[in-house]
Amino acid sequence: MSKTNWSRVATVARTDLRQLRQAKDFWLPMLLLGGAFFVFIPLVLFLTIAQIGSVEVVDRMSETLQVLPPEATAQIEGTNPQGRTGYALAVFLFAPVAVIVPLTISTAVGAATIVGERERGTGEFLAHSPASAREIYLGKLIASVVPGYLTVVVGFTLYSLIVNLTIGPSVGRWFFPTRQWWVMLLWVLPPFLALCLSMVLRLSARVTSTAAAQQASGLISLPLIMVAYSQSTGVLFGSGAAAYVVGALAWVLAVFSLRRGVRSVTRSRLLGVAGT
Amino acid sequence: MPPVAPRSPASTGTADSVPNGRRREDTEGLSAGAAGLQNRPNRSDNTPHFSPSEGAGGEGMPDVVSIVAVSKSFGDVPALRSLSLRVPQSRITVLLGPNGAGKTTAIRMITGALTADEGHVAIFGLDPVGQDGEQIRRRCGVVSAKPSLYDRLTGYDNLRYAAELYGLDNSIMDSRIRCCAAQFGIDDALTQRVGGYSTGMKTRLALARATLHDPDLLLLDEPTSGLDPESAQAVLSMVRDMTANDKSVLMCTHLLSEAEGLADEVVVIDAGSDLETGSQRSLTARYWPDKTVDIELDHPTAAAVVGNIDGVTRTEDVGGRLRVHLQDLDRVPVMVERLVAEGIAIRSVVPKEPTLEDLYFAIRRHHRETSGDRDGSGCEPGIGGPKTDKERSGE
Repeated sequence: MSKTNWSRVATVARTDLRQLRQAKDFWLPMLLLGGAFFVFIPLVLFLTIAQIGSVEVVDRMSETLQVLPPEATAQIEGTNPQGRTGYALAVFLFAPVAVIVPLTISTAVGAATIVGERERGTGEFLAHSPASAREIYLGKLIASVVPGYLTVVVGFTLYSLIVNLTIGPSVGRWFFPTRQWWVMLLWVLPPFLALCLSMVLRLSARVTSTAAAQQASGLISLPLIMVAYSQSTGVLFGSGAAAYVVGALAWVLAVFSLRRGVRSVTRSRLLGVAGT
Repeated sequence: MPPVAPRSPASTGTADSVPNGRRREDTEGLSAGAAGLQNRPNRSDNTPHFSPSEGAGGEGMPDVVSIVAVSKSFGDVPALRSLSLRVPQSRITVLLGPNGAGKTTAIRMITGALTADEGHVAIFGLDPVGQDGEQIRRRCGVVSAKPSLYDRLTGYDNLRYAAELYGLDNSIMDSRIRCCAAQFGIDDALTQRVGGYSTGMKTRLALARATLHDPDLLLLDEPTSGLDPESAQAVLSMVRDMTANDKSVLMCTHLLSEAEGLADEVVVIDAGSDLETGSQRSLTARYWPDKTVDIELDHPTAAAVVGNIDGVTRTEDVGGRLRVHLQDLDRVPVMVERLVAEGIAIRSVVPKEPTLEDLYFAIRRHHRETSGDRDGSGCEPGIGGPKTDKERSGE
């Protein structure tokens, strides 16, 4: 097997991303999705908590935090009920958002990436090019990961600012992001993203139309999103060790799935003649 | 580049003209292809040879493409059936055949985009499938039937993508892109999105992209489809210019007028098999051995009168004209004299040089007569329909 030319991988990825940038009809809904989950909903919620007049309501919400696992409740900071409630919501409630948004965006991109080349007829160009099937696969994978992960990074930054500006004063300091959030974003989320995309790209290489790819990838990504959701929540609730174990397991699965996925991209599939 | 392997005397055929049989160019690959798989060249080492051809159109030139007895099926549908094909260096080889004849599949075999089920493919003496594939693809420029361009990107970005994939040096990339764009007359449109290009502009951009990395072999799959006659002529002229710099070209087309005057070598292909290979001149000698004149007259007995003249081999009615096949054109005055003596008024006598179209239909007719219907359907293989009027008339 010939060596992977990473320059060509970067070229494929860069060109796909450049096309995405041009596709306003694609990125605008995605931007709205990220904006709603990372900015709009948290902003409204935290401002409401911070500005709420009824002490009784906040107290009641604060009491419900007792149902959280002891490891989680032990982490909650705050000088008053508003602060404690806000802290819990900011750290625990929105954890899955960091998983759902990138997985949704990357799945949408990945589903169309290979079958799209075939549908537009540009697969012919790639099939005749010196790029190996592996380089094309990796380029497509990167191009699918980047929009989702970039949304998380930007959204996460904005979310951190919102949390610290609205809840921070009640907690007594800028507390976000917590250590578990860093672990989740840097260790747990990437393998889940890779795992999901490895399956979606495999689908994209095999199906006959983008519409079919979108439908089928939904079936694959939804269960994965649910698993990722529950695991992320568990990571944030639990001790640090759980996060590392979940992340490590996800990485093992992702690497295995990616290695198999490489084989799904062939020149005949780019041409649309495989299996005929 | 591998060394040029001299052809062994045993594998070199003769160039006899055999109009009544299936005549091949005298390359080892093609003679093997004619005989089918069982007569493939006996190469003990299976090493691809980059051998000089001795055909009519490419004497002494090494073959950059050598396809020998290649078969390929998609499921139950055969796309190529023991196809043999060679492309000599610095020549324009035209693959001529109807839609569905296997032209595109043949091009895909050359770059290794598709693998052969059977047979042998060597490009620049290398195997396009496997380790050598990347090296071969780097040396090929492909223009497919649909331009395969990224509509959302600008013309410049499309060219840049290709330049990067083909490994052009960064220091020359921009100037090379602009130079190629200028060569094909689309430099003014480089900043526009390709989605807004006309069909002609897209074809020009596809051509610019295919030549960007200065390929040794250009593979053009119906490059003028969808173009107006003026743009088509411009594209063909550009193709002609390319071979001036030692480039080899393999062009697929079903438009006979395109190949006329452009092709150094013609390969007629149908239903995945090569029917005939050679230069237009050698094909003419083979399939049009007689001299021909078209006589415009209006007399029911003219054919009988002319048919009795010594040196006339055959007459036929072609669209109201009398086509006379002669052993030599010096028989024309005798023929005119006889017709006048019989009181037959002649409106015109025009010597007829066979066009590529004439040859194409003659080859196909000959092949049909010698091979018969493949499927017994009464339809021609590769066409899927009845014969055209032109074929029926033999014109």
